[in-house]
Amino acid sequence: MKFERYGIGIAKGLTVTIRHLLRHPTVNQYPEQRLNISRRFRGNELIWNREKCTGCGTCAKTCPQGAIEIVTATDMAENKYIVDKYEIDTGYCIQCGLCVEACPYEALYFSHNFECARYRRGELVQGKEEMLETPQRKVSGYFYPDKAQKLPGQTLLVEKITEKR
Amino acid sequence: MAVRTEPFVLNMGPVHPSTHGVFRMRVTLDGEVVVDIEPVFGYLHRGIEKLAEQRTYAGIIPLTDRLDYISSMNNNFAYCLAVEKLAGIKVPERAEYIRVIISELQRIAALLIAVGAFLNDCGAFFTPFLYMFRERERIVDLFEMVSGQRLTYNYLRAGGVSQDLPEEFLPALRKFMDMMPRFMDEYDRLLQQNEILIARAKGVGILPAEQAINCSISGPVLRASGVKWDIRKDDPYSIYDRFDFDVPTQPAGDCYDRYRQRVEEMRQSLRIIEQAMKQIPSGPVRAEVPHLIHPPVGEAYGRIECPKGELGFYLVSDNSIAPYRCHIRPPSLINLTALRDMVRGWKVADLIIIFGSIDITVGEIDR
Repeated sequence: MKFERYGIGIAKGLTVTIRHLLRHPTVNQYPEQRLNISRRFRGNELIWNREKCTGCGTCAKTCPQGAIEIVTATDMAENKYIVDKYEIDTGYCIQCGLCVEACPYEALYFSHNFECARYRRGELVQGKEEMLETPQRKVSGYFYPDKAQKLPGQTLLVEKITEKR
Repeated sequence: MAVRTEPFVLNMGPVHPSTHGVFRMRVTLDGEVVVDIEPVFGYLHRGIEKLAEQRTYAGIIPLTDRLDYISSMNNNFAYCLAVEKLAGIKVPERAEYIRVIISELQRIAALLIAVGAFLNDCGAFFTPFLYMFRERERIVDLFEMVSGQRLTYNYLRAGGVSQDLPEEFLPALRKFMDMMPRFMDEYDRLLQQNEILIARAKGVGILPAEQAINCSISGPVLRASGVKWDIRKDDPYSIYDRFDFDVPTQPAGDCYDRYRQRVEEMRQSLRIIEQAMKQIPSGPVRAEVPHLIHPPVGEAYGRIECPKGELGFYLVSDNSIAPYRCHIRPPSLINLTALRDMVRGWKVADLIIIFGSIDITVGEIDR
């Protein structure tokens, strides 16, 4: 194949790469520099509200993976369910968010925490006590816009300066 | 004296950087010339069609995310169209606009990867790929803001979308829309006249229009062969008939044209988003749909123009909470059928770029 002016296209391309050499880096040094994640973050942990849950089991029926296990007993005196066992195997969870959307009593949320690696598979199963809200495990605003307002805004790459160093 | 050669069978893949996933080609070579290839796939088979028969209609949406994992929103869209057709659900106006904006953004993101990976196969080692990943990152940021995740979005629902757009979404999208044309020009300056790219890709792996139609190829690969066929224009779904955009085509149908075609389609997607942003109304984003849908007995086929071609979902209902049968028409698999005729007579190095120019995702081929 013949070109009339060989090398012009490559030289033009090199001006772009040289300009990129001079701009601000886009990446972050993760453990030291952190970006804010989305307010509607869907992570690997779920938060369960002990007071609001009525033990209806809608979440377990909706879960496509069958990762939620709920065992209830009937309290005849007060005419309601007692949740004996509430477990989520986060190893099976695909974080689709259908359980959070399905819960009719606003008792299930995603957590806004993303650093939840574990060493053993058994530790991936979250029980009742591990699923409560704590200061370290904040509630994510997925499907709950009023909770999303309280969280810090997401860092967006479109708003970062990427032009000049 | 002529050199005596004999055919040599080479296994390319399943784990090879240029096969875009776990995909194997059994290549018969004569010297360095490709005589025949036989695609071998199934390494990523997860039985999604069978799994769908045991799940509720809402529970299948996360499965469709995992078909073509770089354009999840489009997969959601096609599936939701099929369910809405099956159950007769009317989608609110604002949800339709959100769907169009989201699916066009996803198209840009997926085409950026397609172009970047193709250039990577050509030998432009990771420089254009990383530039395009930076732009994709801006889109993925927006998707994360909307849906909460960065790859498997699971955002669309039968009868609308799962949640309304957050209030900071449209200003951020505006910023992205102002930036993006400049970056597209930058890519063109970087690549369009590059002599190496032209020498590698021009005239290589020509797919004539007639053969493309016979193989029922769709998407950018078909349009690069000069056939003006776009489901958004020719069989408008959702609200695509309200937007003014062109269907670009290319004359030759070689690898370079397929690359140009994808770049032109990104520009058209930007035009659609621009119009949709102006017209978007306020209102509800989700129709009143129960958690467990019981569609009447019947069947429906919902199809969209996804970044790779026509993606269709064929659902058969027996009035229960799960479909009786769910069949997926993946564009990657059908586009792959023309590969053998395209690569015959080319060298091994050309096989890589012809294969890269079709732009397949193995998650969709194997399902």
